[in-house]
Amino acid sequence: MEGGTVVEWLKQPGDEVHHGEIIAVVETDKGAIEIEVFEDGILKDIAAAVGEYRDVGDVIAQIEGVAGAGVTSSESVAVGGSDTSTPRRIRVSPAARRRAKDLDVDLDIVSGTGVAGAITISDVERTAGATGQGAEAEAKLENRAAGIDLVRMRSAIGAAMTRSKREIPHYYVSATIDVTRMTSWLATFNEEVPVAERILPAVPLIKAVARALDQVPQINGTWADDAFQASKEINIGVVIALRGGGLVAPAILNTNELSVAELMAKLRDLSGRVRQGHMRGSELTGSTFTISNVGEGNVEAILPIIYPPQVAILGIGSINVRPWVVDGEVRRRQLITATLAGDHRASDGRIGARFLGALDKLLQEPEAL
Amino acid sequence: MNGPVEMTYREAVRQALQDALRRDDRVFLMGEDVGRYGGAYACSKGLQEEFGEDRVRDTPLAESGFTGAGIGAALGGMRPIVEIMTVNFSLLAIDQIVNNAATIRHMSGGQFSVPLVIRMATGGGLQLAAQHSHSLEVWYAHVPGVRVVSPATVADARGMLWTALECPDPVIMFEPATLYNMKEAIPADAGAVDIDRAKVRREGTDISLITYGGCLPKVTMAAEHLASRGILCEVVDLRSLRPLDDEVIVGSVVKTHRALIIDEGWRSGSLAAEISSRIMEQAFYELDAPVERLCSAEVPIPYARHLEEAALPQTEDVIQSVLKIVGAS
Repeated sequence: MEGGTVVEWLKQPGDEVHHGEIIAVVETDKGAIEIEVFEDGILKDIAAAVGEYRDVGDVIAQIEGVAGAGVTSSESVAVGGSDTSTPRRIRVSPAARRRAKDLDVDLDIVSGTGVAGAITISDVERTAGATGQGAEAEAKLENRAAGIDLVRMRSAIGAAMTRSKREIPHYYVSATIDVTRMTSWLATFNEEVPVAERILPAVPLIKAVARALDQVPQINGTWADDAFQASKEINIGVVIALRGGGLVAPAILNTNELSVAELMAKLRDLSGRVRQGHMRGSELTGSTFTISNVGEGNVEAILPIIYPPQVAILGIGSINVRPWVVDGEVRRRQLITATLAGDHRASDGRIGARFLGALDKLLQEPEAL
Repeated sequence: MNGPVEMTYREAVRQALQDALRRDDRVFLMGEDVGRYGGAYACSKGLQEEFGEDRVRDTPLAESGFTGAGIGAALGGMRPIVEIMTVNFSLLAIDQIVNNAATIRHMSGGQFSVPLVIRMATGGGLQLAAQHSHSLEVWYAHVPGVRVVSPATVADARGMLWTALECPDPVIMFEPATLYNMKEAIPADAGAVDIDRAKVRREGTDISLITYGGCLPKVTMAAEHLASRGILCEVVDLRSLRPLDDEVIVGSVVKTHRALIIDEGWRSGSLAAEISSRIMEQAFYELDAPVERLCSAEVPIPYARHLEEAALPQTEDVIQSVLKIVGAS
């Protein structure tokens, strides 16, 4: 994420703001994110009006805080930190501008190849072609309405994954885990609750992962300043695919502290908000570990790519019915293949194996999750 | 016989004059050296022998006087063709052209018209130095009441004169001096052509090259070269400089979305400036790149060959400008 466009101010100059309040909504390549404040005070100048683009780090507003008797300090709310910049003026040929309107192409994401870098008709058409047609175009419109820009998202995913593959020496460890106990426990649990409160198989899996990370903290955190930075919090990013393509991996903050029921509510809330484009900044940047869960289907395994700056990611294949040896006999069991990709700078395969072992063990006692 | 015959632009002009003199005995040609000498550019060779001194008349070096005489003759029912050696010299006659020829229909409340044709050579490229090489077509194209044309092909040189003579208003015909030796094949029975429409000389989809007169062959060569690089230029020959054919100009830009105007006149206040404005006014939302102009350097056209070449728009300049506009350079 390199910047964003302010789409809404929820507070006006002169309004009192409190820690944790959402004061603005900024549209980014990851969708619309809500800007939280971390100070108490009074919103003073707004430095980025609705519709204006700011780079990460630019000031979008000033907050005058009451820190103590007679002491006034100013806190800047930024799309990251300091110092303003003028919004760039995109050069677009008149014909290209009209074509973009016809094709419903957002000029912000078109790169220009014309005179002085101006956007031309063919640039617009290329972008329109790249964003798909028919059902995809419809989904695109839906996402656009939600502030999600799939083309920009695609390039953001591309940039992150390229960086990951270039910089991170991945190792992979894989384990087949019997989840029959988990699914039958889940079936029993779901029978007893109203439909609206039913729990998806992903939930106990996420919970088990959170608890396994508690036991193996060497892969929970980030790589920064040439060193592994362990995280005290376990914030699991869950990959959510969007209609029309693209995906996001918002974090479930403090995953390990949530009950299975709370986790389900959280996941439902999160996937709903993601598809409408409402995510908080902390949810987008706070992940300490990510799960890519393929869900239903016949996918045996996923070999995932680590999302920098995290140091590990778990890929979970579909739950498949397979013959499996239990207590010396071949039985019909439900299995998943869990594959951990780890950053070899931060940990070794042995750690990954220990994590998978812990995960397996936790999933055999689903009621204890 | 309809088969094509190859002839020079000069010969086409000569045949057009001969044809007009034969067809209508009201037609006569006058100007400096048009008679015994056969014309400064040899366009009237042999005509005095055929039609006599009354109809092919040598005049004194007095452009204002003989142009005024032509206007008077036209008012008197004749169909005069006045030849002025170059556009530079026509400035001596500009008072007659602008204040009389162009205004009489208006001043007389429509009672009189001036069916006069004034031919003159224009443009550089022949090392004739700064007093014989300029392209001042726009000076006349500025003036309501006259028509201004510039045949850029042999067929137009052959066919425009008769139509111009039939026009009830004064028509100024610019013959680019560099084209007199140009050879092209035209039908043996080629006849009159219109004098009010621009023509697409070459179809293309990527850019409109709008030009006229002496630049047309250079622009066509550039278009041929660019086609070999996959850039398809549409070449528009204005033919009529007043009135301008907005329909063809704008129609081409609507198709290609880009325009380069090549005009041997000086850039400031040029025909290219006028055309650029019209495109902006009528086709702004069709433009995919800024309209560009390729004009002569704003200097008196130099005598030295290399300096003269550097001052005038050349084929290579057209190629480079196009590459820049279409983003291929």
